[in-house]
Amino acid sequence: MPVASKQVGVGWNPRRYFGGMWRHPIARAVLKAALTIWVTTTITFFLIRLMPGSPVELKIDELVQSSSGSISYEDARAIASSLFAIDLNAPLHEQYLSFMWSLLHLDVGKSFLSSGTSVTSIILAVLPWTLFSVGTGLLLSFIVGIGLGLMAAYRRNSLLDRVVSTGGSLVSSVPNYLIAIMLILFLGVQARLVNFTAMRGAYSGGMQPGLYPAFVGDILFHAAMPITIYFLTQLGLWILSMRSATLSALEEDYVTAARARGLSDGRIRTAYVGRNAVLPLVAQLAISVGFIVGGAAIIEQIFAYQGVGLRLLDSVRQRDYPVIQGIVLLTTISVVVANLAADLLYSKLDPRIGRAGGAAG
Amino acid sequence: MTTAILARPTLGQRLAGPLLAAVEFLRLLSRRPVGLAGFVGIVFFLLLAFVAPLFVPFQNDPSLLDIYLTPSLAHPLGTDFQGKDVLNQIVFGGRDILTVAIIAAFLSTVIAITFGSIAAVVGGRLDTVIVAITDITLTIPKLILLIAIAAILRPTSFVFLAVILALLQWSSLLRQVRSQVLSLKERDYVEAARSLDLGLFHIVFREILPTMRSYIVIHFILAMTEAMYAQVGIILLGLVPISGSNWGIMLYFAQGQGALFYRDSLWYILSPILAISLVQLSLATFASALEDIFNPRLRGA
Repeated sequence: MPVASKQVGVGWNPRRYFGGMWRHPIARAVLKAALTIWVTTTITFFLIRLMPGSPVELKIDELVQSSSGSISYEDARAIASSLFAIDLNAPLHEQYLSFMWSLLHLDVGKSFLSSGTSVTSIILAVLPWTLFSVGTGLLLSFIVGIGLGLMAAYRRNSLLDRVVSTGGSLVSSVPNYLIAIMLILFLGVQARLVNFTAMRGAYSGGMQPGLYPAFVGDILFHAAMPITIYFLTQLGLWILSMRSATLSALEEDYVTAARARGLSDGRIRTAYVGRNAVLPLVAQLAISVGFIVGGAAIIEQIFAYQGVGLRLLDSVRQRDYPVIQGIVLLTTISVVVANLAADLLYSKLDPRIGRAGGAAG
Repeated sequence: MTTAILARPTLGQRLAGPLLAAVEFLRLLSRRPVGLAGFVGIVFFLLLAFVAPLFVPFQNDPSLLDIYLTPSLAHPLGTDFQGKDVLNQIVFGGRDILTVAIIAAFLSTVIAITFGSIAAVVGGRLDTVIVAITDITLTIPKLILLIAIAAILRPTSFVFLAVILALLQWSSLLRQVRSQVLSLKERDYVEAARSLDLGLFHIVFREILPTMRSYIVIHFILAMTEAMYAQVGIILLGLVPISGSNWGIMLYFAQGQGALFYRDSLWYILSPILAISLVQLSLATFASALEDIFNPRLRGA
């Protein structure tokens, strides 16, 4: 992710939204999350239903043709209809409403390929692995990046600062999938240090999933490469953001005042500088979640890690549209929920929220 | 009425300003070695992608005797799985990638500037709607949506791909344009223009946007990096119908043909990786040098 997304500010004025009732930050965050999910659902509905060459029409044609006449158009329509969990005979607005209604029950139809399997069960089997690897990588990079960024800002223009900030901006501007390919190329193929074939999948075949040490170790072994990639490619962003946030916090009057009052350096660093510098980054954390969950598709494909991204690509290849649609929706929902959590955390951490406009980079 | 306010400068005066600015810009840039390297890198890759193909003969004949050759004088970067020269593919493979990135960045910048400044200047309900739409697009995981859209619509032309990319990535710039314009519109010179009743168009395009020029250039460059990331990503996944050759398609084939696991093909795979990474690095370092130069507050940081 490029370096310069420093500006994080809380972009909207609550008072303009639906009067006083929505002034509360939590109500605002929930409303925003609901709106986002609604918009994605709507886009998805129109993509599968109304676009030229829509998957529904394609499936009907395919069914009629493959049966060479033994299935009538109406029957084919009924089959396609049940696969997408849409009643094609209903008027469009009713189709849309029932689509939304079944989505509320997490029902997004059935897979084209393995008949009878619901899309939800397919996704729930792979979603935890993506959330686990992305979450671990992101959290590690956030913690390490914030520590390094704070140190770099405190020792501005020192060797440490130069190494850390240059390294951070270098790694964060190379696309993560290229770093992944290079890791395979150098560690796996040229130096033969890492056996990437053994790391395929989310865990070794034949192991019984459960919470015992051998299995946890196995999970970590298989997730090691994706986690490394998410860690490396996000690290630079946190270092640079934290460095510039700390530098501007250091110039604030309250820091000078705290120094004048004779507070210890350690206390100033954590309670005054660190806390205020981290705040805007928490909001950025949420945006990052969406970014990496999307990028995970390519990373999981490269390392053959059995997460949502790999499943999505398999479905794309096999033209299993209900699964594609379900994955788009459920990943959006999980990202939106992550955003919501960050928003709530943010309003909890920052007592000024809702009053001031937010910190400009 | 406007002519009375804006006295027409002579040709000399007109040229002197930009010329001096360019000289001053190069002087400031030359003091930032990393940014200068980025600038040189951008110029190099633009020449490589758009000018070099005019002078180099296009070699596209597969030769089964020469597959996976290591670098030599005849093939400085080796050959690929069909025995084609890798260097030749690098020279011819940049144009499409960079064109898509430039078109996508241009379109998304235009969208962001137009609607961002309209939202800030007009305000009210329109502002609310634009900001809400922006916040929503900002949250949706873009690459996932892009994969689904590419799977259903199957973009066959590069322009179409660029339009899709632009439609997915204008949101963060719009938010920033809006907040910039919000603070700029309180300035005295904008007040003056408003009291002269110069009209919305004049205020936005002649008064406010020119002061944001540097800002817009930086974000245009960053939008290019974003578009390249997404574009190469979905090419790598094989979601764009493969026609011709570019850096992304080279990588796609390298992966698909298993060349990744073949020790002698190191340079074949590394070449497109390096080309893409160096373009991204040049753009990013140049953008941060620009930020440094145009934002005097940070100068010397």
